[in-house]
Amino acid sequence: MGLFGIGSFSSIIQRIFGKKHAKIGIYGPPNVGKTTLANRILRDWTGDIMGSVSEIPHETRVAKCKKNVRVENGSSSLMMDIIDTPGIATKIDYKEFMNTFGLSREEAKKRAKEATEGVIESIRWLENVDGVLLVMDSTQDPFTQVNVTIIGNLEARNLPVLIAANKIDMEDSSPATLKSAFPQHPVIPVSALTGYNAENLYSHMVKQFSKRKRRRGR
Amino acid sequence: MVNKDKGISVNLVSRQKLEEFSTDEKLEFILNEIRNGKVLVLENGLTSVEQASLIQQTMEKIEQDTFIGIEMEGYGEEKASFLQKILGKIKKPRMTVIGPADLLKTVRKDSNMIQTRIIPGRGAR
Ligand SMILES: Nc1nc2c(ncn2[C@@H]2O[C@H](COP(=O)(O)OP(=O)(O)OP(=O)(O)O)[C@@H](O)[C@H]2O)c(=O)[nH]1
Ligand SMILES: [Mg+2]
Repeated sequence: MGLFGIGSFSSIIQRIFGKKHAKIGIYGPPNVGKTTLANRILRDWTGDIMGSVSEIPHETRVAKCKKNVRVENGSSSLMMDIIDTPGIATKIDYKEFMNTFGLSREEAKKRAKEATEGVIESIRWLENVDGVLLVMDSTQDPFTQVNVTIIGNLEARNLPVLIAANKIDMEDSSPATLKSAFPQHPVIPVSALTGYNAENLYSHMVKQFSKRKRRRGR
Repeated sequence: MVNKDKGISVNLVSRQKLEEFSTDEKLEFILNEIRNGKVLVLENGLTSVEQASLIQQTMEKIEQDTFIGIEMEGYGEEKASFLQKILGKIKKPRMTVIGPADLLKTVRKDSNMIQTRIIPGRGAR
């Protein structure tokens, strides 16, 4: 690319006019590390915290939005509103909270009820985002209905998806499996916990979410 | 909900039947069957937008001791080929298996096969 390549010219325009602004939803099944990753992004770029993290699924039951997070990648940058969404599931069994995580019956039922409302909210938000950072647990099978449904909805609307293959600090993680499962989208292996490869994720976020794909007519 | 003595119904639903329904009718039909303890195999699955609505409606209908949700596995919409795009053919969703989460367990899924198991008496009763 020459000095006045299209890429650099448009990025100059965008910097002058500050036009780039994207609403990015952090999506995925419960417990994959969405909030941990959101906290890392905010810590690195704003110094804030998004929300609480837990080993018990459905910790996030209300979507949270942090506005005006500027993420930089060399000479370009992107201003994002980042939404941490409740994990999407097709089933919620309060007994799992009791049997596996030792919650009382009352706590478990309350958590399950709130979790169903959280899933509904996540799906509603899907219509309002400009792009999705889809978080997957790279120690688990990626071919789940939730992942397929989220990706399908974004593809139908021609919006950009970036897949974060999280938890690669764990021994049994297999980010390569995720890459081969979704070859049509970029997959970035990361550890939200240790911060491993976060820089690489940020540069892909700026690149991927700066693409404003054509919206189909409404 | 499931009466063990009667066994478990696994119904194959043809494309023609699904095409008679509007999206709302289709989702209502599916959820009613599942809440009655049936497992369905849809010849023509749901579009991703329909899948998202189905998840949403499932969440609204969860009853903590009788209906804990659904298990659903299917394949995404087939990519339209260049020629199909020119001819204006729309993408078609593919085969989908769907049932109550306390009955139907997905064992394995890859791009060629979806393996499931029906395990009565598991999960919420
Ligand atoms: N080893 C490891 N654990 C992680 C990583 N990221 C998150 N976790 C752990 O995974 C669990 C779930 O993390 P959360 O950030 O709460 O997950 P979430 O996707 O927001 O979950 P919900 O809000 O319930 O949908 C916690 O115990 C985290 O400490 C990671 O990169 N590596
Ligand atoms: Mg969370």
